[in-house]
Amino acid sequence: MLTRLGLISALALGTATAALAQDATPKDGGRFVFTAPYGNSITSLDITATPHTQDEIVAKAINRSLYKWNPESGKPELDLAESVETTDDGKTYTYKLREATFHNGDKFDADDVIWSYNRLADPKKALPGAEQMLQIAGVAEFQAGKADHISGLKKIDDRTIEITFINLAEPGWNLMSNYAPIYSKDYPEDQLASKPNGLGPFKLANYVPGSKVELVKFDGYFEKGKPHLDKLDIMLMGEASARDVAFRNGEIDVNVLGPVQYEAYGQDPALKDHISEVAEVYTRNVGFNTKIEAFKDKRVRQAINYAINKDLIVEKLLKNKAYSAVSWLPVSSPAFDKDAKPYAYDPEKAKELLKAAGFETSLKFSVTATPNESWGVPIVEAIIPMLAKVGVEVTTDPVEGSVLSDKILSDNFDAYIWSNSSGPDPLKYLNCFHSKTSQTACNYVKFSNADFDKLIEQAGNETDPAKQNDLLRQANNLLQEEAPVWFFNYNKAVMAYQPWVHGLKPNAMELAIQDYEDIWIDDSAPASRK
Amino acid sequence: MLRFIFRRTLQMIPTLLAVVLIIFVIFSVVPGSFISSLMAEGRNATNADVMAHLNEQFGLDKPLPVRLWDYLWGLAHFDLGISYRTREPVWNVIEPRLWPSIKLALAAMGFAGVVGIPLGFLAALKPGSVFDTGTMMLAVSGLSVPEFWLGLLLMYVFALQLGLLPSFGYQADSIRHIILPAIALGVSPMALLARTTRAGVLDVMNADFVRTARAKGLSEPRLVRAHVTRNVLVLILTTLGLQIGSLMGQAIVIEKLFSWPGIGSLLVDSVSARDIPVVQGAVIVIVLWFLVINMLVDVAYAAIDPRIKVA
Repeated sequence: MLTRLGLISALALGTATAALAQDATPKDGGRFVFTAPYGNSITSLDITATPHTQDEIVAKAINRSLYKWNPESGKPELDLAESVETTDDGKTYTYKLREATFHNGDKFDADDVIWSYNRLADPKKALPGAEQMLQIAGVAEFQAGKADHISGLKKIDDRTIEITFINLAEPGWNLMSNYAPIYSKDYPEDQLASKPNGLGPFKLANYVPGSKVELVKFDGYFEKGKPHLDKLDIMLMGEASARDVAFRNGEIDVNVLGPVQYEAYGQDPALKDHISEVAEVYTRNVGFNTKIEAFKDKRVRQAINYAINKDLIVEKLLKNKAYSAVSWLPVSSPAFDKDAKPYAYDPEKAKELLKAAGFETSLKFSVTATPNESWGVPIVEAIIPMLAKVGVEVTTDPVEGSVLSDKILSDNFDAYIWSNSSGPDPLKYLNCFHSKTSQTACNYVKFSNADFDKLIEQAGNETDPAKQNDLLRQANNLLQEEAPVWFFNYNKAVMAYQPWVHGLKPNAMELAIQDYEDIWIDDSAPASRK
Repeated sequence: MLRFIFRRTLQMIPTLLAVVLIIFVIFSVVPGSFISSLMAEGRNATNADVMAHLNEQFGLDKPLPVRLWDYLWGLAHFDLGISYRTREPVWNVIEPRLWPSIKLALAAMGFAGVVGIPLGFLAALKPGSVFDTGTMMLAVSGLSVPEFWLGLLLMYVFALQLGLLPSFGYQADSIRHIILPAIALGVSPMALLARTTRAGVLDVMNADFVRTARAKGLSEPRLVRAHVTRNVLVLILTTLGLQIGSLMGQAIVIEKLFSWPGIGSLLVDSVSARDIPVVQGAVIVIVLWFLVINMLVDVAYAAIDPRIKVA
């Protein structure tokens, strides 16, 4: 059974196709052993208090938000609401909420939404999830201390809520976030970190900090007939080689693969047929700080894009576990221009551009990089000789993760190599290059271009989705032309799974975050899973 | 005896203060902060207001001396502070990791003692023999083999190939889960114990009083039991104490590899996140463990050798 995703064609639809053995009728029962691969611990069981993907993997089982991400359609869709109506000005949404129950038996209603969103936006609580609330009218006043609640949230009745937004952007992009879940207003807030109480398909049974999270089926989950599994164990396993042994030994049901394992699994007849691949919405790039004189000239930035053979690096160093980048938006983005061509490897053209810019031999800069194998020091070491051939001298500034972000936020770098979110919402992530977006927000290179700003502003005010998409496509193409970064690659996330596992989805936002309620295991599973 | 314990307890205070001070200074000069660690993944930009409020909430906007004083004042009241990451009291973060760490350290030391001490004894009783040479080669290998590699090898053989043991994980009531990490962690102290025991036994065996006892016609087993063992015990106990004391801090790699929820892996995660209160709490626990174990070893000396007076 070959279930490797037919990625390239699927990406044209906006995301990879759902493919993982959906041909049989789901079977109820059993235990699924998942892995959270980004470390050996999670920060908190209260997802609003943390911005880490590792925590999100657990939160997805426990909580629900007003919207959810549909990996198949590549769009947000309603989750805790059954329907929504929009006013003519496109800024006020009236949601009819689902009938749902929290794990502790509390009934879900409009007050829970209002309480949860006020809590998230409360500046005194300093919750990272506050970022998702900024689109709601009245949040700015609330955060500035000019109001005691968010004025844009209005309860109509227990099952109806009206939310007013400050712009025309689709609110689902923010409100689908796993970092913006709905909590019960009556549940003690100080217990959220240790005894979470959500609306999700699984409830907490046991948490061993630094080792695992054990969850059991929540019988009161609002989607009838789901979840299929009785138990869900999430093992916190940051060590790739340990995951490899455990997966081969059948102790875990999925394994998120790095480049070396990707190559090995692809060549192993016993494993190669159960691999899921997806182009995630992360763009690996080298950002050029425009405070450096040379980087103010787009010819220099373009020259670097021409001087590096990224296809070679992707093939040799990343073992093809990445897609060479064309521009900022990933190929799965609706605003990606399918006719756009990436910068070709052309050292001669790079030399010409550098000469024209007056930097034929004199350009020197350092690249701040973490040890990451796919977007860190090894990549910088690979580009050093390529850039040397066109007369550019590059050095490496090796740091660890928190120092990289510290250096960028404090504007203490020449260039950096990083992996940044570039989707799924094209407007949000292109807006990072708007001149009014601060460096600490996400305009890390302090890019400024009036034409680009204009396109983004027009897109933000456009109500016609097709026209908005066209404006964003133009903005992305302009960004490619301006080359504020070296467009390196889009992450290819790869997950191996056991043959008895069904219902995994090719989630382009993060492959390790799954809709657990849809997962089931068949009769071929070993006794330990039954 | 009680005076000795009281005096040694008091002596721990300056050691702990020095540790706290060193960590404070180190984390105030190294680049990176808790706030920047929130963005280390490069995925979610953190709102500037949130960053400012977090700085204020955790007192990170205060000058270093003020923060240090606040921390010491809390410590004097047995308050380790609040974790930046989890926003819980530090003790709540450390406490669940304590018993798994102690359990792993004891299991590793148990393995090291049960295997290393007899090997050292037997090797010393037949110096120059094939057994002696083989044992010492094993000891050198044990001391030089990287724990990470050994752990993977054990996983491969005992979990993947033989299917005898689980390759990772922690279960409070399971002995099977602790065997592989304990062996991987215990091989190095086992080798050291074997070498130390052998050297100690050989030294005692060549002592005058042993020669005299042997000349008096004492049988070899009785000689070893009555004279050699007791004299070597102080040396073995010292090695055991030093090793068991440092195992909690040394277990970082093994804890990470086997997903073992100990203090070591908590320490690494907290350093990466610049969660300074938890780093300090974890280091204090590790240092305290070392100091307490060594104090107990000193107390045990008196029981073994009457010539040593702890008071």
